[in-house]
Amino acid sequence: MSIGYYPGCTLKTKARNLEDSALACLRALGIEATELPRWNCCGAVFSLADDDLIHQVAPVRDLIRARDEGHDRLTTLCSMCYNTLARANLLMRDDEEKRKTLNLFMDEETDYAGEVEVQHYLDLLRTDVGWDKLRATVKKPLEGLRIAGYYGCTLVRPREITVAPTLFNDFLAALGAEVVDFPESTVCCSSYQILSAEGAALEASAKVLRGATTHKIDALAMSCPVCEYNLGKRQADVRAKFQDVGEIPTFYFTQLLAVALGLPLEDLGLKQNEKSSEELLRARNLIAAA
Amino acid sequence: MAIKVSLKTLRGPLARKVREMSGEDPNMCFQCGLCAGSCPMTGEMEIYTRKVMHMLQLGQADAVLAQRMAYLCASCHTCQVRCPRGIDIPKVVEALRLITLRAGENFLAPEAIPKDRLKEMPQAAIVAGLRKFTG
Amino acid sequence: MSTTVPVESLTSQKIPIFIMGKKYIVPDSLTIMKAMEYAGFKFIRGAGCRGGICGACGTVYRKPGDYRIHVGLACQTMVEPEMYLTQLPFYPANRASYDWAAIEATGEAVGELYPELFRCVACNACTKICPMDVEVMDYIAALKRGDLAAAMEISFNCIQCGLCASRCMGELPQYHIAQLARRLYGGKLAPETPHLEAMVKKIADGYYQEKLDELKKMSADELKKLYQEREMEPHQAEEHWTPKNDVGL
Repeated sequence: MSIGYYPGCTLKTKARNLEDSALACLRALGIEATELPRWNCCGAVFSLADDDLIHQVAPVRDLIRARDEGHDRLTTLCSMCYNTLARANLLMRDDEEKRKTLNLFMDEETDYAGEVEVQHYLDLLRTDVGWDKLRATVKKPLEGLRIAGYYGCTLVRPREITVAPTLFNDFLAALGAEVVDFPESTVCCSSYQILSAEGAALEASAKVLRGATTHKIDALAMSCPVCEYNLGKRQADVRAKFQDVGEIPTFYFTQLLAVALGLPLEDLGLKQNEKSSEELLRARNLIAAA
Repeated sequence: MAIKVSLKTLRGPLARKVREMSGEDPNMCFQCGLCAGSCPMTGEMEIYTRKVMHMLQLGQADAVLAQRMAYLCASCHTCQVRCPRGIDIPKVVEALRLITLRAGENFLAPEAIPKDRLKEMPQAAIVAGLRKFTG
Repeated sequence: MSTTVPVESLTSQKIPIFIMGKKYIVPDSLTIMKAMEYAGFKFIRGAGCRGGICGACGTVYRKPGDYRIHVGLACQTMVEPEMYLTQLPFYPANRASYDWAAIEATGEAVGELYPELFRCVACNACTKICPMDVEVMDYIAALKRGDLAAAMEISFNCIQCGLCASRCMGELPQYHIAQLARRLYGGKLAPETPHLEAMVKKIADGYYQEKLDELKKMSADELKKLYQEREMEPHQAEEHWTPKNDVGL
């Protein structure tokens, strides 16, 4: 059966680099995942109140779209979308009363009972390619690059939807990188708090980047546009406030995958990253000199 | 000042509301402090999750709702995976947020977000923020 | 010469409808708008083109035994027995001001002017209430992800009646947001049509000047005669109809 692809709002503009590199890699790896022709914003966060159903409508609608397209799996790149869709899916599977009410409310849609499987792209690589095969397909191993996978929160919490605990590490190892694990790899970057509590948010991001600095990490690989914004785009603000935080280039994991697969520069989308990212790749001869 | 504790305050309307909305019982908390120790957003919080649980246990409705801390939560769920009693703390904090939001009090006005930040922020952050901070 | 035929003499039944909760007996051959006038209402708001396009006469109604909220334009919708209706000629919605020259045709620009855009929860109440079957939720979704072209296409038939805004959970002014998107697309993204540019230049270079000068010299009577004898496109013209007179083309 087929795989649907759910981009999420951010990937069409602010995180084009995540989408472009990811889709290029899917083509290179021969995996077919079709973007849903019709989708809406999933809401970015899963509603945590038991008496709130309206905020479950948005992600469930996307699951219905996937099911209606005949997909048995829905893959996504943005960790926040993954978390929201996966948890909404579990709600529709496990909670009979809420499933009934939501189906009743969405009277313009067909009923949904959790028929689709939500699978994050990293896990899709694991199941549909496999690390050994991926390693064999790598043209440009990320040799000597000390990279840490920054899991963040939404890929691994709560337990019901977590990806495998070493998923990122296994992925990076398959790319030939020197995988570094650091304790702050699952510490929150502050997520949406950058919107309203900038001071505390930069402090939270600093904790993560400080950990990366202490462990002499060359680059962070991540999967969430909000993490990339906090740890990448706003890194300069973090470093201005906290002098013990070093400069750590940040990448979307799919950009590193594209580099390793030897894909052309235009598939990498590096112009949207901070300058340090492209500079690092050039310095290590992983992409051609300017 | 003495805090009056009675069955009335312990089983008061706020505690009940929080239980209904979150499905969690704050009385399960035995004050170990693991949650507060794990919280990444303590930087600007006046009090942390542990104290809030304690206040809920003592029925201190007004005092709890006056705290900003619920709006500083990043929903990271670190407290939730670590709580030794398995309390879904993010749900309790969301209930506190929603009680105020549903009463019509927004924490953040969308028009107050600086335009240059609004322009550069990923949509996911704006959508999530408005969801948590506006009703 | 026209003859007036009393409404009652046509083959129509008299049916009860409820206008703002009060019962009126009206012929079932009428539209809601005509039925309201038949009942004695005089429109000074809530009526406009009477042709289904101006958006003034948005009407919501319910039917017995049916929980649903139904919608229609009063000028286009026939009355039904026991229809329970009210008009919503206007719903407040803030419209943002902006500098046309300075604004960029991007999703970010739309989001900056209408940050409430990001409050949409995809409840679909807007699409359900739209009398023109515009997929409002879908164009809002398109704008959240910065797709102005899709928003333009999807919102094309919007007549600005405001009913979507009246139902919106997130308190968005959808139709204002869509209009901004269409303007940005039309004015800044849509490709320029070469034949339009060529024609504009032709006119600027004086293509019609001689004709205009001629008309200016004419008397009122001569102008009236010219106007009354003009060639008009027939009501049921074929698709390929062209005027015999090629003046001005």
